[in-house]
Amino acid sequence: MTQTAVSFCNVSRHYGPVKAVDDVSLDILGGEFFAMLGPSGSGKTTCLRLIAGFEQPTSGSISIFNQQMMDVPPYRRQVNTVFQDYALFPHLNVADNVAYGLMIRGVSKNDRLKAAEGALELVRLPGYGARKPSQLSGGQRQRVALARALVNQPKVLLLDEPLGALDLKLREQMQEELKELQRSLGITFVFVTHDQSEALSMADRIAVFNHGQIMQVGSPREIYHSPKSEFVADFVGSSNILPRELVNKLVGRDQPASLRPEAIRLVSEGGIEAKILNVSFLGASTKITLQMKDVTLHMLADNEPASLTVGEIVRVDWDKSSLHLMEIPHV
Amino acid sequence: MRSDKNSHAPFALKVAAAAGLLFMHLPILLIFVYAFTTEDKSYQWPPPGLTLKWFGVTWNRPDVWESLALSVKVASISTLVAMILGTLCAAAVSRSQFFGRETISLLVILPIALPGIITGIALRSAFNLADIPFSMWTIVLGHATFCVVVVYNNAVARFRRTSRSLIEASMDLGANGFQTFRHVILPNLATALLAGGMLAFALSFDEVIVTTFTAGQQATLPIWMLEELVRPRQRPVTNVVAMVVVLVTFLPILLAYYLTRDGDQVAGQGK
Repeated sequence: MTQTAVSFCNVSRHYGPVKAVDDVSLDILGGEFFAMLGPSGSGKTTCLRLIAGFEQPTSGSISIFNQQMMDVPPYRRQVNTVFQDYALFPHLNVADNVAYGLMIRGVSKNDRLKAAEGALELVRLPGYGARKPSQLSGGQRQRVALARALVNQPKVLLLDEPLGALDLKLREQMQEELKELQRSLGITFVFVTHDQSEALSMADRIAVFNHGQIMQVGSPREIYHSPKSEFVADFVGSSNILPRELVNKLVGRDQPASLRPEAIRLVSEGGIEAKILNVSFLGASTKITLQMKDVTLHMLADNEPASLTVGEIVRVDWDKSSLHLMEIPHV
Repeated sequence: MRSDKNSHAPFALKVAAAAGLLFMHLPILLIFVYAFTTEDKSYQWPPPGLTLKWFGVTWNRPDVWESLALSVKVASISTLVAMILGTLCAAAVSRSQFFGRETISLLVILPIALPGIITGIALRSAFNLADIPFSMWTIVLGHATFCVVVVYNNAVARFRRTSRSLIEASMDLGANGFQTFRHVILPNLATALLAGGMLAFALSFDEVIVTTFTAGQQATLPIWMLEELVRPRQRPVTNVVAMVVVLVTFLPILLAYYLTRDGDQVAGQGK
């Protein structure tokens, strides 16, 4: 059975009247790649800072590998953080930056520089030790920050939107490398991001945050295919939300439902009538906006359906199983 | 704003600029010239002859050495005091939120805006009331009031530019508060502190007004020069000393300027 790496027990963090984190309970398992996903201000970064020890919970408790973290300062926690702005020390060169944690622990100069070079090799920056952080590109700084955290062999590695500042191509490459690194090292990664595709492609499990609360925790597939709420359905990919009245008519259940754009097909007979509002060609697929009764639907078609014109009436259908009933939002 | 390199300033503007610079710097050159004059009773123009003998005379005057030593001591101690207090104050104001933060920030800067004579009178009556005898230490206290500002201004600017996450990163990597201060904060502050410290030293070294009110029988170098000007003999000795003072105060300011020119402005030259 896997150990629990980080455990939140009814944790809240309030700033005056603002509930940044509101009664969160969560178990992150050892060796897991865990993503905290949510819009900005949803409390995901505060949760990360609570694990690192930069913030203290207003109420509730956090434990790391079954040790209570109440009043344990950041420098006595076996977790390391990769900061959003990387926070490399500008007055130290790359090797000394990476070796900083070892220097503080009193490791001899030779040993720590050797370990730093090893960590730099791990992040594919061998021989960069003598450079200053200001001489590196964004992607390289990101790797140095990663090496600086990993060289301390943390039990949990915290990553605060580490890929946010990188361009798309580099980001995709780093996503794969991070995933690979996590698999080979077996360290628990806790990854904060607002990018749902990043979370879906990298994480073993995802917690979706909104307004300081966890809306849903689950594997990327669960989160994507069976969102529990409108918020999750909407935030993780651009799902169509069917209102209760329509779902009631279609399947006889008085609940809202989500429907993935790629689940909708055009059919020649049967299905439901819809009017085409817009067609946009995206390369690998085509995005079609439809007006079905009083609901606007987005659908993604793999290949461009021949001769669709705006204003045309078509028939659409989907598998019963792709329509996902959701909780009724409590007001 | 930098003007285009190809455009030429009008001739009149060039003349005006040159005249302005000459007006500011010629009198200083004049002081240098009089250090070499053979006439010692009055300042005659042109000097009747040139000599190096005043350098020797100055060298052998014990009162010059005494006041120079006092000035260096006062400037060093006030600078040290200012660096410690100014840094701590800057750290408090820029790193934490507390009631009255802005007020404290203003009160710290106030002494440099206050005319020296007011600072001087205030301190003198305070020392009298508290029955503190005038000594080198009262001068140090007087000088520290405005030296703190210079260090504080430089340190606060640097603190503002130092990302908070650097400190968090250091803590995250296992360093406690003291280790973080030693390995991250201090190296990042170093040039700002050096610049602030040198400015503070220069300010203290040529200060007259506050010193007049806070000194007892002691004379710092500027006070000694003021007294010397009314003496009819060996006047060029004052000019020799003046040259030394210009060099001693100018070099640190120049150095401070070069150390901080990437980014910070050297705050507090206005005193």
